[in-house]
Amino acid sequence: MTFKRVVVTGLGALTPIGNDVPTYWNNLAAGVSGAGPITKFDASKFRTQFACELKGVEVTQFIPRQEARKMDAFTHYALIATDEAIKDANLNLDTIDKNKVGVIWGSGIGGLKSFEDEMIDYAKGDGTPRINPFFIVRMIADSASGQISMRYGFRGTNYVTVSACASTNNAIIDALNYIRLGRLNMCVVGGSEAAVTRAGIGGFNANRALSERNASPETASRPYDKDRDGFVLGEGAGSLILEEYEHAQSRGAKIYAELIGGGMSSDAYHITAPHPDGLGAFLAMQDALNDAGIAPTDIDYINTHGTSTPIGDPQELKAIHQLFGEHSFKLNISSTKSMTGHLLGAAGAVEAIACIKALENQLVPPTINHFTDDDEIDPRFNLTFNTAQARSMTTVMSNAFGFGGHNAIVIFRKLS
Amino acid sequence: MSDIAQKVKNIIVEKLGVEESEVTPEASFTNDLGADSLDTVELIMEFEKEFNLPIPDDEAEKISTVGLAIEYLEKHIGK
Repeated sequence: MTFKRVVVTGLGALTPIGNDVPTYWNNLAAGVSGAGPITKFDASKFRTQFACELKGVEVTQFIPRQEARKMDAFTHYALIATDEAIKDANLNLDTIDKNKVGVIWGSGIGGLKSFEDEMIDYAKGDGTPRINPFFIVRMIADSASGQISMRYGFRGTNYVTVSACASTNNAIIDALNYIRLGRLNMCVVGGSEAAVTRAGIGGFNANRALSERNASPETASRPYDKDRDGFVLGEGAGSLILEEYEHAQSRGAKIYAELIGGGMSSDAYHITAPHPDGLGAFLAMQDALNDAGIAPTDIDYINTHGTSTPIGDPQELKAIHQLFGEHSFKLNISSTKSMTGHLLGAAGAVEAIACIKALENQLVPPTINHFTDDDEIDPRFNLTFNTAQARSMTTVMSNAFGFGGHNAIVIFRKLS
Repeated sequence: MSDIAQKVKNIIVEKLGVEESEVTPEASFTNDLGADSLDTVELIMEFEKEFNLPIPDDEAEKISTVGLAIEYLEKHIGK
């Protein structure tokens, strides 16, 4: 059978460096850091006291207060980013077949703060369980896709993917396949995360994943730099409208790019550490190229997972070199987490948007905060250090890897 | 208005997002104030917390209006 083609027709972003796509992209291109001291709780006793928080988000501008209080922040972020994406796609909700519109969302954790708050409240009492009836629905990760469907009446396939920091890419790949098969005409995909909480910072501190560069938050996320010391936790959401090509054409939609393939694998190695030879990353990238039916030399830019951890960064590059050979030194590579921080399950969402805007603008966003070369990293890689680079691009790849050994890769191409 | 009645009103206004003027003694949580079944459970729980008074489920089911809530609480608090 012939697969249907899948294109991107709407984008929405709520990020630490911009509360909409235009601001996000401008700040990516300009190399702006979203990091700063934590404002959401008193972090003075935590090893890490900074994060990439959202700034100036007025939830009730988008969601009535009565509905908003029954949702965790990660669901607020999902609805806010999707609001922009739906408007951007210029959808006529009265004429499309909403039974054939799905929502597949990614979140690594779900409503962490809701869980935290409720249990702290419980622990303060005498043991009598006075659990809020909205506690479970605020917390569970699939609330995000459920709430999006209720807001717009989208009655197609609906669920949330959970594969830690690969969550959104898994959501994108699932939607790609449903649309290819004709099971859906459109799908809202994306991811959201709101883990800048005591449990989130404390938990990632405990497993030594976070940077502890408290004296200089804005330079702490420094992928590929010799002195990188962990990732910087970010929060927010990205939302994309995926649509079957002819469906998009027939309604005269603006088409950003074609989603041509996705690849997945598992390290089957360790719960937090990546495979030492980057085996899982290699297999997933190879799977994505095969799925897209293209050669390694077709890729112009890779938005890497590149979280700024000592062991993760070089292993991903090792896998890229193994798969792309000499071409790995010709393509552009960058980690936009140097600016946004690591949005965990939403990372794939905001990075897919970075890739699509890079294609649209023919500009590679930089890896900021490069100060010192690392001997472990081959200097022949073009890691797009510190300044955006103009480049003629047709095809771009976005990598995401998660705790648990999950790897998921997506490839976008300019529509020919 | 009693102190209890005022606190009950405040909780209802806060949780259901209604105007205080709508919170009349006759007002039904579900029919007049837009509450669904979970909202009602939440209201009862908030009353229990505010007044530190356990409300048994069979009693809670009968509390369907603002007036019934105030009446129940005034009867049981401090006893």
